[in-house]
Formats: sequence, C-alpha cells, structure tokens
Amino acid sequence: MTQYKHIRCTINGREVDRMIDVRASLTDLLRNDFRLTSVKKGCEVGECGACNVIIDGRCYNSCIYLAIWADGKQIRTLESLLGPNGELSDIQQAFVDEAAVQCGFCTPGFIMTAVEILESGVPYTDDQLRKLLSGHLCRCTGYENILRAVKKTMYRRLGMEMP
Amino acid sequence: MYDIKAIYEAHSVSEAVALRQAHPEADIIAGGSDVLVQIREGRRAGKELISIYLIDQLRGISLDQMDNIRIGSLTCFTDITRNHIIQRYINVLGEAVDQVGGPQIRNIGTIGGNTCNGVTSADSASTLFAWDAIVELTGPEGVRRVPIQDFYLRAGKVDVRPGELQTAILIPRESYENCHGHYIKYAMRNAMDIATLGCSVNVSLSKDRKTIDRARIAYGVAGPIPLRAKTAEAFARGRELNEDLIEGFAQAVLDDIHPRDSWRAAKDFREHIAVECARRALRESIRLAGGELV
Repeated sequence: MTQYKHIRCTINGREVDRMIDVRASLTDLLRNDFRLTSVKKGCEVGECGACNVIIDGRCYNSCIYLAIWADGKQIRTLESLLGPNGELSDIQQAFVDEAAVQCGFCTPGFIMTAVEILESGVPYTDDQLRKLLSGHLCRCTGYENILRAVKKTMYRRLGMEMP
Repeated sequence: MYDIKAIYEAHSVSEAVALRQAHPEADIIAGGSDVLVQIREGRRAGKELISIYLIDQLRGISLDQMDNIRIGSLTCFTDITRNHIIQRYINVLGEAVDQVGGPQIRNIGTIGGNTCNGVTSADSASTLFAWDAIVELTGPEGVRRVPIQDFYLRAGKVDVRPGELQTAILIPRESYENCHGHYIKYAMRNAMDIATLGCSVNVSLSKDRKTIDRARIAYGVAGPIPLRAKTAEAFARGRELNEDLIEGFAQAVLDDIHPRDSWRAAKDFREHIAVECARRALRESIRLAGGELV
C-alpha cells in the first residue's frame, strides 16, 4: 500500500504544500508535481550533478534527496533566476556569452552551484573554483568555458577587474 | 520513485531507538548517499527504512567536559571541514572528508553513514582509526562506546546491534593533544572517485622535537576493513627524525597491510603506493608538528 506524507515547503519563493508519495526523490517532486524541468534526471545516483538544487542555501543532488525531507525547507531551482519578463540573470547570460552551453543538460545544475558560489561573495582562485564545480559532469564543453563564465560573473559581482 | 517498502521517520534519538525495536528488519537511512544508491542498484530494493536524517540533535561538533571532541553522527562532511574545533585539533579529519565525492555529496554525506557503511575505502575511516576514535551507540539499554577498531567487524559489517543507532564519534583528548597528522587519498581523479588507497599518519614529537613520541598510521583499502600498521608504529617509537626513520617506517607497513587485487588496482601496486604514501604522510606530519629531519 502506498504511503503518503503531507509536506510544506517553499519552492522558488512560493509556499506550497502537497501530499507526496514517500518513495519520491526531490527530483521526482520538483519535476512531476511542479513542472520544474530544469531539474534534470541524469545519472540518478548523485554523480553527475544535473539534478542539483539549492536547499536552505546549500547545493544538493535532488535525485538522492528524499522528497519527505523537503518539509519545512527553502528550495531554489534554476527557474527562480529568471526576471519577471523572462530575462536571463547575469550568470545565465555569462554561460551563453562564454559558450559554456552545448547540449545544455548539465547547465541548470552547474548554474545553481555557481549561484551558491557567487552568493558567498568570496573571491575564489581558479583552483578553488574548479574544486567547487567538481560535483558536475559535462560531456560537451571540456569545462573551461564553464569555469570562465563563473569566474567572469564572480569578478563582475565583486566589482573587480578580471585578471 | 525509489523501490522502498515503507519509511519510518524519527525526529529524536529515543524515537529512533523505539522505531529500531518496532521494525527490526528496517535499514537506517542517514543522508542516503549510499543507501539510496544501493536501492537504485537493486541491492537494497523493497526494504523498509528508518530515516534519522531529521534528528537535528545528532548534528554538530563540541568539546565535552573532559575536552574530548564529540562529532554528532549526522554532521555532514562540509560542516566537519569548516568547523573550528576540527581545524584547531584534528585538521587532518577535515582535510580527509573534504576529499569525499564532490561538494553536493559532502553536503549530504554524514560521518555516521560513512562509518556505518563498513567499507574500507571510506575517507573518514583511516583518519578515525589513526586517531583512536570511539564510536558511541545508543540503544534500548542506553549508551555504549566502542573503539573504532572493534566497531568494524568485517567488510560491510559494523557492530550496530538490534535497537541501536550510532549517535556520535568521539576523539579522546589524549589522542589529539600535541598531535599533527596528514591524510593522502590515492585515486584516479580528484573528485567523485573512491580511494584506490587511503593513508592517514599522525605524530607527536618529544619536547625538544628531535624524536618521535608516538606515530600512528592507518590505511583504507589495504585490507577488507580499515587497519592500523602496528609494526611501523612500533618501529618509529622513540626514534630520531632522520631518513632512516622515514624509510624504516615506510617499509615496515608491508608487514601489516594485506591489500588485494581488484578492478581498481593490483595488490602489488597498492603495496607500492602504501609505502610511498607512508613516506610522504610521515614527512608532512613531522613538518606540521614542527620537527626537522636531520
């Protein structure tokens, strides 16, 4: 017999409550119940980072996060970055400008990690950025353009000249 | 959807113990980065789970009245690395768990899960062995403490008895005082990889910093469970800091370790890197302790 749990959480700034199947991953919840399809189903074992979302300010692979644990949490997905008229945020535009997107499957996950990095307000070195981005797999770009997009946005937000 | 029969959620340790007694067949799930993957693989499919992830009292790091370090079992790797008590007294543990998986995994993965999983390659395990950590378990009869060497029974099997759950990992004061250590993870890539071999060394030096008072060394993936290299430790005791110490210590580990051939690496190769890691980790530990080789 299917077991359900009632949860309340905030998704992209909106308070929601749902009766959910306890077997659901957070990826299942976000995609199926809320149509947040930026949250990709990649490896589904926590290796590729395509399903990455921000929960209470930190990045998690939502594929290996049970939906029942989302109760009371603040969850952010890529969809939250768009402006009121669908404008891209600076980090999304930087991915476009730097050709950091090819097939695009890894992009939402990478960008949410970039959001956590950028919001920390810390000027990271290249090696630190590489390590912070290391929880994502991209099979197209070779990572350099992704690193450059994050770095460029980091310097711009810090009001510093990019070396 | 995961293939899970039922989930029972605990919000406190006493609730978890009660659920453990009520559902003896159920597996415990902490952060889930091992358990959920094993459900997906089919190894744990269709099981009942007791979720302890929401027990906030099991998170955090503190010093107790005796100045022992207490790490709540649900403390995630990221929080261990960033914690000031860890950075001050046992920085090597923070460095070791900073090499687990990638950033998202280190946010969800817990030190309790890493040890209860019972695998030899766990990045926290060799350092916990090398620092004589104590595992605290809470069950229907109360609290039980076990040295980590006795907690690991065999590959994949740890000493968590019916009704119990692991509630903390303790690092005794006499273990960390005046002690400096270094961990080396040997793997094929820097992130999202499992150790081919892990080596954790720590030393405390004599007052004049000329000789070794105590050296400890533990390995992951040098046997079915993490292990200490006692022959090497005995060799180092009381010796002066010189190249003979480094070489004798490193070669002596071969008497203690027994790695195997696996698809990740051959036995011979693991022995080779075990010796080299012992050399490098001992050198670095001595440097961190303020000693100089003569």
